[in-house]
Amino acid sequence: MKKIIKLRKLAGDFAENKDIAKKLRIEKIMPALSKGDEVILDFDGVKGATQSFIHALISDPIRELRDVAFNNLAYKNSNAEIREIISIVYRYMQESLNATSED
Amino acid sequence: MRVHLSNHGQLRNFKSFVGSLDFSHPEKLEISTHDKWVTVHPANLVIAAALAIQVGKENTEIIGEVPDTGRYLDRMGLYELVRTPSPFIYHKKEEAGRFVPIKVIKTSEDQSRFITDVIPLLHLSEKNTIVVKYIIGELVRNVLEHSFAEDGAIVAAQYYKKTNRVSIGICDSGIGIWKSLNTYWHPKTDIDAIKLALTPGVTGTTRKEGGTAENAGAGLFFIKSIAKITRNYFVIYSGSAEYTLLKYDKRVKISPRLYADPDRDSHSETNTVPSFQGTLVAVDISLDETKELNELLASIGEVYDKAIRERKRARYKKPRFI
Repeated sequence: MKKIIKLRKLAGDFAENKDIAKKLRIEKIMPALSKGDEVILDFDGVKGATQSFIHALISDPIRELRDVAFNNLAYKNSNAEIREIISIVYRYMQESLNATSED
Repeated sequence: MRVHLSNHGQLRNFKSFVGSLDFSHPEKLEISTHDKWVTVHPANLVIAAALAIQVGKENTEIIGEVPDTGRYLDRMGLYELVRTPSPFIYHKKEEAGRFVPIKVIKTSEDQSRFITDVIPLLHLSEKNTIVVKYIIGELVRNVLEHSFAEDGAIVAAQYYKKTNRVSIGICDSGIGIWKSLNTYWHPKTDIDAIKLALTPGVTGTTRKEGGTAENAGAGLFFIKSIAKITRNYFVIYSGSAEYTLLKYDKRVKISPRLYADPDRDSHSETNTVPSFQGTLVAVDISLDETKELNELLASIGEVYDKAIRERKRARYKKPRFI
């Protein structure tokens, strides 16, 4: 199954409301990924996002589900800024996962 | 309490402004101005506003002679928070589109409305609007999540056409940075707390690398870095401490280098200014110096990763040499 989440409608053209990110994560992203579904976050119409928003959206799936999140979570229509923020969150979450496993 | 708005209210002089604050007699607030000329940064305004909201309009007044330039205080909404009537008469639309007057943001819905409806009033290019939305979005969210301030975040911003610069001030009268970080990080002093808050990966909600599901401890580091790359001032004031990131010389062609450790940045600091119950963050952004946001974020992200890697390495087991 493929679940497409259109962020413009939920978070506006600048995604900064972490409450919305948290709700999406808990109610849509985590349950779908946990079932083995593919989740596509569609940023069509979203011009920017804060690092906090993206962190609240995807850091827990990465921490909790690791490869399931890496394999089944995809991003569509993200502009250069949003791609950069998503990449930053991916990098530091993987660094911190390694740190936790080495502790 | 007393706040004096001088004729040199830029961020570079913020330490002297803070040094002049008087928090005695917390039941009332007197705001005075220079008698010939008043220049205020949004940072000075939001501190005055936060204190005025705290003590109430009936206990706040603007005293002494206010010069003609004081009409700016009226335009920015300060007179709405004090019992002193405004002596200024002017067309309020004169300066429309160049500033964001004092606003109080108490909820994430308020914040989203502010970002969507108010920031466009600065009439910046789309690229610069995104940078300003990013900064205000992160800073206001910090207040809403970590300050426990009953009065919320008090925000003001100003666009200066001549220097093509946006100045932003955000203030709260909440628990302050030291208390916010104390549960997990136990900073000794207010200045230690500020420097911890500026360090990548440090959040008041955990000591775990990568933070929690909601917090990574990246917000302030990112904003300070944006100010540094765009060669501007960045200020934090909380408790009896104040940290000012100094402006990187525009004549130096090489792009400013980012550091994870705020001690390595060219800055001034003090731990002996009058103790403010809350937090103030202010930043100037030169729009001429603003690269594409993704380029800014890429440079900041690299330093952030490096900081986490270095902290990780610091915990590696060491060989026992005997």
